[in-house]
Order: sequence, then C-alpha cells, then structure tokens
Amino acid sequence: MGYSRRKLIFKIVATIIMAIVSIIMLMPFAWMLSASFKPDNQIFNFPIEWIPREITFANYDRVWNSDIPFTTFFLNSIKITVISVLGEVFTSALAGYAFAKIKFRGSNIIFLTYLSTLVFPNQMMLIPRFVLFSQMGLYNTHWALILPGMFTAFGTFMLKQFFETIPEELSESAKIDGANHFVIFSRIVVPLSISAFSALIIFQFVGSWNEYEGPLVYLRSMELATIPLGLNYFKDENSTSYGAIMAASVCSLIPIFIVFLAFQKQFVAGIATSGMKE
Amino acid sequence: MAGYAFISLNFIGYVAFKLIPLILALILSFADWNFISGVENIKFAGIDNYLALPKDPIFVDSLINTIIYAIVLVPVSIFIALVFAVILNDNVYGKGILRLAYYLPNVSSMVAVSIVWMVLFLPSYGPINQVLQSIGIENPPRWLNGSDTSLLSIIIVGVWQSIGYNIIIVLAGLQGISKSLYESAEIDGANAVQKFFYITIPSLSSTMFFLTMISIIRSFQVFTPVQVMTSGGPGNSSSVLVYYIYTTAFKHSDIGYASAMSWVLFVLVFIFAAARMIYERKNK
Repeated sequence: MGYSRRKLIFKIVATIIMAIVSIIMLMPFAWMLSASFKPDNQIFNFPIEWIPREITFANYDRVWNSDIPFTTFFLNSIKITVISVLGEVFTSALAGYAFAKIKFRGSNIIFLTYLSTLVFPNQMMLIPRFVLFSQMGLYNTHWALILPGMFTAFGTFMLKQFFETIPEELSESAKIDGANHFVIFSRIVVPLSISAFSALIIFQFVGSWNEYEGPLVYLRSMELATIPLGLNYFKDENSTSYGAIMAASVCSLIPIFIVFLAFQKQFVAGIATSGMKE
Repeated sequence: MAGYAFISLNFIGYVAFKLIPLILALILSFADWNFISGVENIKFAGIDNYLALPKDPIFVDSLINTIIYAIVLVPVSIFIALVFAVILNDNVYGKGILRLAYYLPNVSSMVAVSIVWMVLFLPSYGPINQVLQSIGIENPPRWLNGSDTSLLSIIIVGVWQSIGYNIIIVLAGLQGISKSLYESAEIDGANAVQKFFYITIPSLSSTMFFLTMISIIRSFQVFTPVQVMTSGGPGNSSSVLVYYIYTTAFKHSDIGYASAMSWVLFVLVFIFAAARMIYERKNK
C-alpha cells in the first residue's frame, strides 16, 4: 500500500500548491475586478477588501457614457479583427494550396522568400509602412491595419503545412474525374481543413484584437482607435480615477477571455505553430 | 498556370505590405530625413546614422536595458515554467483548468495588464507596497518610479505574462517523452529527482532550446509595458530598444536614424533565429 498511497498524497499536495500558485498568478485580475466596483476612496483600503464593502456601478457608467467613446473602440476592434483575420485565412488558404499541391515554376523560390521574411520582426515594418501609408493616403484609416493583416507569410506557411498532410490520392482521383484545382480546393481540401482554419482564426483573432503597436503608429483620431489604444487614451484622461480605469480594463479583457475559454483547444493548436512567428 | 492564380492575391499583398516596406526600411536607414520636412527634403547620409549609434547615450542605455531584460526574464520565466509544467503534467488533479489559469495573462492585452500592474506598483498606497509594509518592510521599493527598480518592475510583468506560454510549450515537450522510459527507471529503483534529471531534462533539450531562442527573440521586442507604464523613465532607466526606435521615429520624426536602429533590432533577432535554425537542422 505504501507506494501508491504516497503517490496519492503527493498528488493531492501538488494540486493544492499549484492551485494556490494559480490564485496568486490571477490576483492582479481579481484586484482589478474588485477595484472596478469600488468608489475611488475605498480602492486602496488595507487590508485589501477583495469583496467591495459597497458595490458601485459608477465606474462602468463612466466607461460607457463619457467623452471617450468606448462603444466606438469596440466596434472598431471588431471590424478590424474580423476583416483582417477572415481576409488572411482566405488569401493564405489559396496561396498555401498553391505551395502544397501545385507544381509551378518559381514556387520554390517564392516560398523561400516567404519563409526568410518571417524572421523580420513586425516592429521593423512600422516605420516604412507608416511612410508608405502616409503617401498612399492610408494613414489614419483602418485600412492601415486591415491590409497588412490580410496578407501574411505566417498564415500561408501554417496552412501549407496542413494541406501537405492531406493525402495526394484524394486530389489525384478527383483529377481523373476531370476536376480542376479550384474544384479540388473548394470541394476536397477546404472541407478537410476546418480544424486548421479554426486554429489560425482563433490564434490570429487574439493577436489582432490585442495589437497595440500598429494602431498606436497608424491611427491619430480617437474615434478610430481600437480597444487597446482606446484603453490607453482612457487611462490618460482619467489618470486619477483608478476605479474607472480598472472598469475599462475589465471591459477590454472580457471579450478575449470569452473567446479564449470557448476555443482554447484551437488556440493551443495555434500556439504549436506560433514559434514560426517572430 | 493555376499555381499563379492561386498565389497571386496573397503575393501582391505580400509584396506591397511586407517586401516593399522591408526594402524601404533598408533605404531609409541610409537617409537623413525628418518626416515633417516632406519627401522632397530626403537626403542621402551614407552610413552616418549607423556611425552615430554608439555615440548616442540613450541608444546605448536602451540597448543595455533590452539585453538585461532578456538575460533576466528568459531564464527565470523558463525555469518557473519548467517546474510548473513537470508538476502539472502528471501529478495534479484538474490539470486542464490549472493550465488555463496560468495561460490567462498571456491572452490578455499587454495594455490592459500593464495598466493594472501600474496601479498595483504605486509606491505609496499601491497594494503591493501596502502588503510589504504590513510585513515590516519600512522602505519598500518605489517600483516604476525608482530609477533602480523600473526595469525590474517591467521584467516582473514580463515574467508573469510569459509563464503560461512557456508552460504550454514545455507540456507539449513532456508529452513527447515515452512513458516506458520512466517505467524502466522505476523498475531500476530511480526516485522522482533522479527521473527528473536523468530522463526529463535530457529528453526536453530540443524543446528547451527552441523555447530559449523564442523567448530571447521576444524579449528583444519588448515595447508595450514600457510605453504604457514608464515611457522609458525615470530618466532612461527603463528605456528599451524598440521604445527608443518608436520615440525617435514618431515623436521626433527622425525616420532615418530610427530606421538604422531597427536594423540593430534585426541583427539581434537574426542571431538567435539563425542559431535555432542551425540547431534544428542538425537535430533532424
């Protein structure tokens, strides 16, 4: 009995320790949530009151009904994220299919170019894109964020890898029946790749939603801001009202937590390939 | 022909938004150009921008801070993640939900978590220092407001946010270790510590190498917590490379000089990306 019993006790102790550590890890979120329901004069009471003594919604009222248009930030974030992620999946799927399933001249050299540019950090793109967008009239428009998001070497690479796992025999037999590449792509490859698409969508959704550097550099008007950028405006405008700042942070985090909890399986699958992305 | 049709859409966008900007970034790094003065006033500067870098104290400080950030954050975060992942892998109940809890900081927007930490770090009445004072520390650190602790504070937030990602990667590596290795070690009478050092660690070497390289590369790119929490201050005590590139380009409109700095960032990133590629090729 000694061995398995010791193992059981060890497992229970480890679970308790790891649970306590996870609570410590999540404390900043708990503090934020609790402060968001407190009047400003009680936020820094000590010992920390995790459950607010009196609950107020005034902070949330301030977030949604002030001069800083939080509703607009949400709509902007949704618009930019949805268009750029769906656009990325569409263009990457076509290109990934070409690299994985079609032999054509120059495909190797193009693919190598794609692959080698993955090593350039996105931050290096900020300055030249800013200059280009200013010349093209795209500066201070949502297109400055949507367009670069729609055409990525990363998405192409990820889908190409997946398409290569689809057995060649499937497309060969369709070819014998007279199907061209567009038919093979849309009837055979796409239906078999739903898991790869959802991994890419969820993974890029989180990335795009949280993106801060692009909006910071390419957008000037407050009414165009996305949530992370808007949150920073809100912080600067309400620098003394910590309750309101915490309420704004809560509102900015809730959508992404929901998406993450609902699609964590796809998200973790996306992480597995994320190492490619610098 | 079909190949070109399939690739064309993505390729055009890729050329327009990645390849051309990259070439432009290189050209601009040889230019003396203040953006405000307009395109017509762009001047060729040779390698002057690059030559000015070592003489610029803010650049040197920012570069050193970036390297300190990486040197401290990477081993600390990976070590914690390794320990947590080994415990989580097989030895706890509710592994799924715990993994989730550790991962939440990583999906959160860096702006939101930076704002929360900024308040937690407040020197006089922030909760962290209130706790420290209550356990008898009379002069707790001034965190973001102290020039000797501002970078440390940013590292703490970075470790906190990166642990979850590292745990997921290590867990994936652990899953790849054959159970039979542990079973035969147990038959030979190996204890948990021996199993950890003689089986787990050696089997994880390629995972750990990958994780180290990725973490170093990401550390060089730290920006948001600095921009949101300290603006590089007090003084330049928490300025990092990307933050200085950002202020040079977009606050002072010195596009040429900032572009040259961005190639320093590239070289830093490239060294470790290349190391990773060589290692992975050798181990295939």
